Amino acid sequence: METKKLVCVNCPKGCNITVTLELGKIVDIQGYTCDKGKKYAAQETICPMRVLTSTVKVENASLRVLPVITEAEIPLNLCDQAMEQIRRLNVKAPITVNDIIVKDFLGTGVNLIASRSVKASKIES
Amino acid sequence: MKHYQAVVIGAGCAGLGAAIALKEKGIQDVVILEKDDESGGILNQCIHNGFGLTTFKEQLSGPAFAERFEDQAEILGVELKTGTMVTKLNPDKTVEYVNPQEGYVTISANAIILAVGCYERSRGAVEIPGERPAGIYTAGQAQRYLNIDGYMVGKRVFILGSGDIGLIMARRMTLEGAKVLGVAELMPYSNGLPRNMKQCLEDFNIPLYLSHTVTRVYGHDRLNKVEIAEVGADQKPIANTEKTFDVDTLLLSVGLIPENHLGDDAGIVMDPHTRGPIVDEDYMTSIEGVFAAGNGLNVHDLADFAAHQGGKAGERAAWYIQNGKRKETTVHTVAGENVGYVVPGILHTAALPPVIEFYFRVRKPLHASTIVIRSGERVIRTIEKDHMIPSEMENVILTGKQLDGLSEDLVIEVKEE
Repeated sequence: METKKLVCVNCPKGCNITVTLELGKIVDIQGYTCDKGKKYAAQETICPMRVLTSTVKVENASLRVLPVITEAEIPLNLCDQAMEQIRRLNVKAPITVNDIIVKDFLGTGVNLIASRSVKASKIES
Repeated sequence: MKHYQAVVIGAGCAGLGAAIALKEKGIQDVVILEKDDESGGILNQCIHNGFGLTTFKEQLSGPAFAERFEDQAEILGVELKTGTMVTKLNPDKTVEYVNPQEGYVTISANAIILAVGCYERSRGAVEIPGERPAGIYTAGQAQRYLNIDGYMVGKRVFILGSGDIGLIMARRMTLEGAKVLGVAELMPYSNGLPRNMKQCLEDFNIPLYLSHTVTRVYGHDRLNKVEIAEVGADQKPIANTEKTFDVDTLLLSVGLIPENHLGDDAGIVMDPHTRGPIVDEDYMTSIEGVFAAGNGLNVHDLADFAAHQGGKAGERAAWYIQNGKRKETTVHTVAGENVGYVVPGILHTAALPPVIEFYFRVRKPLHASTIVIRSGERVIRTIEKDHMIPSEMENVILTGKQLDGLSEDLVIEVKEE
C-alpha cells in the first residue's frame, strides 16, 4: 500500500487530499470536498496532465516568435519531448489564431495551435 | 481641436473592455490611445493559459483572450491609435498625445477613461545591496524579451518574489532550457496562486524559500552570484542564515503598482493603499468626467477581472456622457480590520446605480472568518468565508438599494472566528 499527498489547485481552498494506491491502482481518495477535487487527485496520481504553451519561430512577420498552445492537456512527462519538437518548428505568416501548427502533437491526439493571429509583413504573389 | 465623446487611454484588456462597453451603450465616437505598436497590452506577452474562464467560460492564452476583445472592438467601430503616447492629461478633459503620423496633437472629450495598467516594482524599489551588473530584470521584462522578442535573458536563474509572473517565468525559462535554482519569498506564505505554485515550481522541482530575501548581488559586468538569507518576523535578514547561488540572472517578481503619472500630473486624488485613483461607484476619479479601471485603478489577480472592471467603467462613463453631471452627497469607504484597501473609495449615496461591485484584499491569510459590511452600527451584509488570502482579491456585490441614503462611512472588515 502506498499513499500520495497532494494539494488541490482547483480553488483557493487548497484541500489536502490523500490518495491510497495498491499495486499502482487507486483504492481510496480522502480529503477532497468536491467532485472536481476527486477527479483532479485521481488524474494527478495516475498521469499528471498539463496545457503546454511556448513559442515557435515565425517568418514573414513583424514578430519574431508566434505563441503556441496545446489545444488540451497533454501528459506532463511529455513536456521535454514536446519542447524539443517546438524548438525545431518554423512557421510562416499570415497566421490566424487557432490555426493548427502540429496535428496530433506527439501522438497525443491533441493539436498544437497558434494562440494569436499574425499578419504577413509582405503579401506574396 | 478634435473632439471625441470618449477617449480611452490604454488598449489592454481594461481599455478594450471599456471601449466595447461605451459603444454598446450607444456612444458614437470612441478612440483608444495605445503607446505600443499593437493593442492587447500585457496579454500579448502572457502566452500561458488560464485566461477567459469567467468571461468566455473557456481557457485561453493571453494573446487569444486579447484577440477576442480586439475583434469585438473592431466590429463595433472603436477607433484605435497605436504607437501613440499620451504625454498629458489635463483637468479640462483634454488629452495631449504624440505619434509618428500626426505629430503632437491635443484632443478634447466628454469622458476620459484611464486604463493605463500597472508597472513592476524594480530593483531600486526593493533596495538590494551590491553592484549593478547586467542580468537583473523584472519578471515581466524577461517575459516580454522571451515571449515577444524571442530572447532568453539567462541560463542560470534565481527569482525573488513568489508573485504569479515570477512563478510563470520559472516554468517558462525551465522549459526553454534554463536552470532555475530557486524562488525566495519574503513573506511566510506564497504570494502566487496555488495552481502556479504546483504547476510552475513543484512540477520542475524548483525550491521555494519562504521567509527569505535576496541580501546581496555579486558581479561586475554580469551577475554571477546572489546571496539570500532567512528573515525574522520583522522581515529583517537573520545573520548566519545566508546561502549563495551561482546564477547569471535574477528575476524580480515583487509586486505591481498602478501606473499613474498622467493622473498625478493632472491632480487626480490617489489612494495611498491601492496607489491608484480614488474612484466613486461610477469609477469616476476626483476630476469630473475622468474615469479609471483595470490594473491602473487597483491591481487585479486575473485579466478577466480587469476586463470586467473596464466594461463597468465604460458603462458608467456612457451613462455620464448621456446624463450628465457629478452627483451629490458622499460617504467614503473604509478598509477596516484585516482589510488592505477598498475600491470604490467614495459613494454618492443620493443616486447609486442598481448594482455596485466592491473590490478588496485581506492583509493576511485568514481561515474561517466573516466579512462584515457596515455603515456606523448598521450592518448591511455579512458573508462567511472558509478561506481568504492576500493574493486573491475579494469581490462583493451590493445593490444600490442596500446602500440608499447612507450617512456614515461604509466599513468593510473581516472578523476572524
